[in-house]
Amino acid sequence: MHSQRRELERGIDVAYDVNTIFQIAGIGIIVAMIHTVLKQMDKEDWAHWVTLIGFVVVLYMVATIIDDLFQKIRSVFLFQ
Amino acid sequence: MIIEIVQLVGFGLIATFLILIIKEHKPVIALSLTLAAGAMMFLFILTPLQSAVELIRTLSGQAGIKSMYIETLLKIIGIAYLAEFGAHIARDAEQDSIASKIELAGKMVIIMLAIPIFQVLIETVLALLPGSA
Repeated sequence: MHSQRRELERGIDVAYDVNTIFQIAGIGIIVAMIHTVLKQMDKEDWAHWVTLIGFVVVLYMVATIIDDLFQKIRSVFLFQ
Repeated sequence: MIIEIVQLVGFGLIATFLILIIKEHKPVIALSLTLAAGAMMFLFILTPLQSAVELIRTLSGQAGIKSMYIETLLKIIGIAYLAEFGAHIARDAEQDSIASKIELAGKMVIIMLAIPIFQVLIETVLALLPGSA
């Protein structure tokens, strides 16, 4: 039962991890694409807004992961 | 364990290639990706490490070592990992001065944590010395 639980936890970890990485990379590529297209259409200010919003979304995801990591480190090493 | 290391290395390689692709167009998002990949790999290796730390804690409890010492030691290890992580992220963003400040702060906190143990050590040595009142 113990090993089963560990297996389950690992499975969840793997799914969460790779999906999130691909999501962030996808957001980056799509934002770069939209940026290029808007620049071609002479809409520089719109392009900058798109970049900013994409960055905020990515930053939110990254912040969630970092928070996860810090909580985990706290629970492993500083036991609180 | 073998499968886990394969997963970890594969994960790192995937993240590296994605970062290489994105870095040309959006360096900031590439840096965020670095941060996320680093944090996830750390989370990956932290799960097995947790059982090792539990073992150390159990063994030290059975050996009758004061929990204060092991607790401080583990805290120091955790702080070292955290400071290292932050410093590497700052260095990846080519902010070397911020990175060295993070490392400095980590060292300071570690010294602060070590002070009580050091105090106990000095008191023990003083008690051993003959003629000390």
